[in-house]
Amino acid sequence: MDHTRRPLSPHLGIYRWQVQMVSSILHRATGIALAVGTLLLLGGLLTLADGSAAFAVYRSFLATPPLLVLLIGWTWAFAYHLCNGVRHLLQDAGFGFAKPTFVRNGWVVVVLSLLLTILVWAWIVLAGGAR
Amino acid sequence: MNDLRNPLQRALGLGSAKEGVNHWWRQRITAVALVFLGLWFMALVLMLLHGDYASARTTLADPLNAVLMLVFITALFWHMQLGLQVVIEDYVHTRWLGIVLQIAVRFYAVLAAVLAALAVLRIALGR
Repeated sequence: MDHTRRPLSPHLGIYRWQVQMVSSILHRATGIALAVGTLLLLGGLLTLADGSAAFAVYRSFLATPPLLVLLIGWTWAFAYHLCNGVRHLLQDAGFGFAKPTFVRNGWVVVVLSLLLTILVWAWIVLAGGAR
Repeated sequence: MNDLRNPLQRALGLGSAKEGVNHWWRQRITAVALVFLGLWFMALVLMLLHGDYASARTTLADPLNAVLMLVFITALFWHMQLGLQVVIEDYVHTRWLGIVLQIAVRFYAVLAAVLAALAVLRIALGR
């Protein structure tokens, strides 16, 4: 079989981790996480329409520690999917395919999404936290 | 000249998925919309976070916010369905399970979008 020199698709088990593949995997992972997160949007709108009692229950549910951790996670997922999504749109337009640029943009997106997450939660805390 | 496809097949350009680049385009268009709507949504939530129930309702009842929320809901659940469709196509290799999941995702997307839209309308119209 040695004479068949076909390119092999990457075998993830022996593949060296690099930002190109991680940023691609994360885009899907955050997309799936955000799909689950639509339940929160749904809950918020339904309880807001229902009345102040229901909305208060929704708010106190979000204020529990596990939900707060998840909310920070969802904020990052949103920030990452947004930043990397813009990157993908620019790539679709034909920009940023030189290898060094591609790698740099991968890191830019990671750093930017973390910054955005910190910014959002810093604002929440500085403004006195959610009631 | 080695193309064995029927010339009509080539001219239509619909490929084996029978819908050409429709999925790709819709995913991009909803993505562009969601860049703006997502940032607007984030800002709205951050503004409402420190207010009470009444101020949240009044803000969302504002026609501009209500319309943007309806558009956001549409683009969001559409984009979600398109994205999850590809994830299922790529990773679920059991035929029946893939079909069940594709149907489930579409049902959830439509159901959630209509439920959310109705809630926005109730808030905007004061019912």
